[in-house]
Amino acid sequence: MQSLTYQRATSIGEAVSLLQNGGDTARVLAGGTDLIVQARERKRDVSLLVDVKHIPELIGVSYSPDTGLVIGAATPLYQVYGNKDVKEHYPSIVEASSVIGGTAIQGRASLGGNLCNSSPAGDSLTAMMAINAIAHIAGPQGERDVPVEDFFTGPGRNVLEAGEFVVNIHIAPHQSGTGGAWQRFIPRNEMDIAVVNCGTYLALENGSVTNARVALGAVAATPIMVPAISEILIGQALNDEIIDMAADAASEAATPIEDMRGSVKQRKHLAGVLTKRTLAIAAERAQS
Amino acid sequence: MVATEKNKNTYKVIGTRPVRPDGTDKVTGRAAYAADTQMTNLLHAQVLRSPHAHAVIKSIDASKALALPGVKAVITAADLPDTDSDSTQKLLDNVIASNKALYHGHAVAAVAAIDVHIAEDALDLIEVEYEILTPVTDVREAMLSDAPILHPDLRTSLQATNVDTATDIETNIALHLRQERGDVENAFENSDVIIEREFETSWFHQGYIEPHSATAFWSHDGQITIWNSSQGPFVQRDSIARLLNLTAQDITVIPQEIGGGFGGKISVYLEPIAAVLSKVTAQPVRLTMTREAVFQATGPTSATYNRIKLGAMHDGTIIAAQAYLAFAAGAFPGSPINPGVSCAFGPYYFENQLIDGFDVVTNSPKSAAYRAPGAPASEYAVESTINELAERLEMDPMELRIKNATSEGKPNSAGAPFPRIGAKEVMDAVKNHPHYNSELQGDDVGRGVALGFWHNAGLESGSSATINSDGSVSLSVGSVDIGGTRASLAMQLAETLALTYEQIKPHVADTDSVPFTHVTGGSRTTFAGGWVAYELGVELREKMRQRAADIWDIDIEEVEYTDDAIIKVNSDEEKAFTFSELAKKMATTGGQISATVSINKTSQGPAYAGHIVDIEVDKDTGKVTILRYTAIQDVGTAIHPSYVEGQIHGGVAQGLGMALTEEYYYDDDGHLVNSSFLDYRMPTALDLPMIDTELVEVPNPGHPYGVRGVGEVPIVPPMPAIQQAITDATGLHIYQMPVSPRVLLEELLESENLSSNGHGTGEGRF
Ligand SMILES: Cc1cc2nc3c(=O)[nH]c(=O)nc-3n(C[C@H](O)[C@H](O)[C@H](O)COP(=O)(O)OP(=O)(O)OC[C@H]3O[C@@H](n4cnc5c(N)ncnc54)[C@H](O)[C@@H]3O)c2cc1C
Repeated sequence: MQSLTYQRATSIGEAVSLLQNGGDTARVLAGGTDLIVQARERKRDVSLLVDVKHIPELIGVSYSPDTGLVIGAATPLYQVYGNKDVKEHYPSIVEASSVIGGTAIQGRASLGGNLCNSSPAGDSLTAMMAINAIAHIAGPQGERDVPVEDFFTGPGRNVLEAGEFVVNIHIAPHQSGTGGAWQRFIPRNEMDIAVVNCGTYLALENGSVTNARVALGAVAATPIMVPAISEILIGQALNDEIIDMAADAASEAATPIEDMRGSVKQRKHLAGVLTKRTLAIAAERAQS
Repeated sequence: MVATEKNKNTYKVIGTRPVRPDGTDKVTGRAAYAADTQMTNLLHAQVLRSPHAHAVIKSIDASKALALPGVKAVITAADLPDTDSDSTQKLLDNVIASNKALYHGHAVAAVAAIDVHIAEDALDLIEVEYEILTPVTDVREAMLSDAPILHPDLRTSLQATNVDTATDIETNIALHLRQERGDVENAFENSDVIIEREFETSWFHQGYIEPHSATAFWSHDGQITIWNSSQGPFVQRDSIARLLNLTAQDITVIPQEIGGGFGGKISVYLEPIAAVLSKVTAQPVRLTMTREAVFQATGPTSATYNRIKLGAMHDGTIIAAQAYLAFAAGAFPGSPINPGVSCAFGPYYFENQLIDGFDVVTNSPKSAAYRAPGAPASEYAVESTINELAERLEMDPMELRIKNATSEGKPNSAGAPFPRIGAKEVMDAVKNHPHYNSELQGDDVGRGVALGFWHNAGLESGSSATINSDGSVSLSVGSVDIGGTRASLAMQLAETLALTYEQIKPHVADTDSVPFTHVTGGSRTTFAGGWVAYELGVELREKMRQRAADIWDIDIEEVEYTDDAIIKVNSDEEKAFTFSELAKKMATTGGQISATVSINKTSQGPAYAGHIVDIEVDKDTGKVTILRYTAIQDVGTAIHPSYVEGQIHGGVAQGLGMALTEEYYYDDDGHLVNSSFLDYRMPTALDLPMIDTELVEVPNPGHPYGVRGVGEVPIVPPMPAIQQAITDATGLHIYQMPVSPRVLLEELLESENLSSNGHGTGEGRF
């Protein structure tokens, strides 16, 4: 590992200036479960770590029926999926955040880290995209909001400018008649990177779909939304036939690469399978 | 020989389950492993590895690395000794490449520095100029006449008659081996049914949790001391001596606690590098591999291509069997093709058989021993073909096996008669097992069954034992303890001396302290080391009797050593010592009593295993879930039944990894792209089923306590058992391992089993 400097920021302003002064090789440190591994393996050039876990705005989960859910970007995952409001209203966030790594990793790893690491296979990303989570960003130019679905620009790349970082993640209040679900396929039963992952979100009214959002991970250079599925589903009543059409659209939208984690054929097929499975669960949740 | 069934029921220590002597230190984190080695002025080394799978090394410039503050030395192949021996040169070349890098991750230079981070920094500063050559990683491609050639000087050596293999051309085929009996050609003509199938297996790594590590100190007097993670300190001492052009006397290997080996810690990789760096710097040097290096440059067992042809009569008698086995050796000759050949048909007696085996070099790490080396691949192919033959004959697969089972006196594939073996007992136990006879319930479920054979090893072992004045016995063994052998050897000594297990204090010695002992491998340690323990016990009993006779001034013949370890004279009640009483008197009656024994036995008993597995297939994803697993095995005598069961669990776990998720993944340029535990998918605790074991005990008449090796054979049956279960669940025959979810899904998609919309038959919830 190369030698580096560690700095603990205690306010948003302090973190912004540390990052700005640190230049290209300054990195935000949240749980470190991506960053420390990458630095140790010399896969990333890091000279300054700016620890953001001691900035109050970045830690904790709060919910109000009026304004929705706010998750501090550096909140460890166990606090996210262990939160009573998250458990009650956002099951897809629980599903995604509770499979990242194992118990030890979840004591450290954060949604902000998963988001900013920007892996096409990052597990919480498709859960957040489907439910239309918004990343709240601070930087030298002030603060701004970017929907998670618009956050990624390439593998490991995102919209953050020099000196910017994510403060929290915001999700709209839960409404009855809506439901989300998330699943991934991995060859083993733990400690694996998704071959494909899929988040879905459905809103139903009188048995017909009023909103549908499906996001797929590990099937393209970034996680993707599948707008074609929204078009297929919105305004329709759910039945096997229409779900199969949605699944076909998911397979169609997937443009994966072939690598050691999965083949093109496998990934396109699994995109359909997971879409079908998660839509079924989301529908059930929306109706309950 | 005293052994056996007769006195089996009277064992007091054998068959119990005492706590292992190394247990507390291991669970409290105090046990010292090789990478924990600390000493004054210790330097830290790192190895620069080739980014190319096949390349000529044109030049190496280390000047910038040497200029980095904190760097003490950089060495390349030029710093290793010269040799006239081609085989020694090949071993040296695997330690550090001399003129060609032959696989991705092949060592090309090494650095010693004051800390490991500086050593890492220095690697980036070493400039190597390569001329990149085309690599070949696939065994069949490597055998083609126009394949890239790894070693221009390599010629095929023949251990076969009547073959047309060319021997005077450039080739990657290092060896063609043939074993033959009867007349297969004729027998195939007379067969009612003939079946021929081809199989492939991937590279599988042993995946020991502890990476290789060695610390070396080359003293000014020329003595080298090595502290390392080793399965065979004596064998390694001798190979380090050979590589450094020294003799055994110059080197002491002190093995540390070992975090797994499975065969992969027999070859030397780091020791000569650490030693030479120590010589150059006159400081001790520690070198520990990264996990990536472990995958890239050590270990795996051969990837293979195997073709099996069987000819049978309608009643199930197999009269002709032929095998063509091609094993990828990696960069240097030496795949486990020999045991692959000799084990292929191990559980059976076929009147006519012909086996051809090929050892083929490829641009991959030099293959190393891995638990029953060669047997899983060749037996997978044979067992799967037998299961398919049973389908064709509409016979129960176990009945077909029992009909063709081998037994005592029948020749093995090399022609030597089998001793008393438990092949038939294991097959019967499988056939009669409640699991085998249970009904399999549910959709998309399947059952598989397969046998496994492994010949086990004997070889040299040595130990010494000393009776202490408190009545305890110190036992110094030459075998590194990987699977609980300190306990299993102490138990056999305790049994022989009629003492308790707790009275024996076992200890793993270094290469200067006990007689030459071969590797902990070949399932030999409890067998051979146990035999030594037995002989030590017999000798100590004699010496205790003699000592008592001397004290009483009578003839030794009058003194008895009882089953309670009382040393006494029958006719005189006054003359009796407990073991401890006599031990206390040793100092004043002639000194301490000790013994040293070394042996070289070849009466190891072959081992047989039969496994039954039930699985469920998710046909939408290709994922296999194991519902039930039963492993039955002839274990001879289970000295410590828990450790025997542990060996079986471990073998099954590794075999299931090979069957379902593990594989080396090479890109088109021969780069190994999954050299991490994340992407080399060994099963985790959540992927494995509960594994039920049934121990069949057919004592080995070639051992005082009936011991057979138990550690290796359980890795053999999982691949074919899983293959058959998948066939049973899906109707698909898949001829490659692993059957990863990707492979199975793609096969399912190609078959008609899946509805045409492509997303599975699912539950149809709407
Ligand atoms: C054993 C193991 C298993 C894993 N399993 C999974 C898995 O199953 N699924 C999965 O998706 N991932 C997995 N990961 C990866 C990792 O744990 C997750 O991506 C995790 O969410 C990262 O969070 P972190 O807080 O540790 O991020 P860090 O490592 O601290 O940061 C990751 C990156 O994001 C940047 N960053 C962090 N926070 C911010 C912020 N607020 N603003 C701007 N930039 C920021 C950092 O600079 C860095 O580049 C695993 C990792 C390990 C070691």
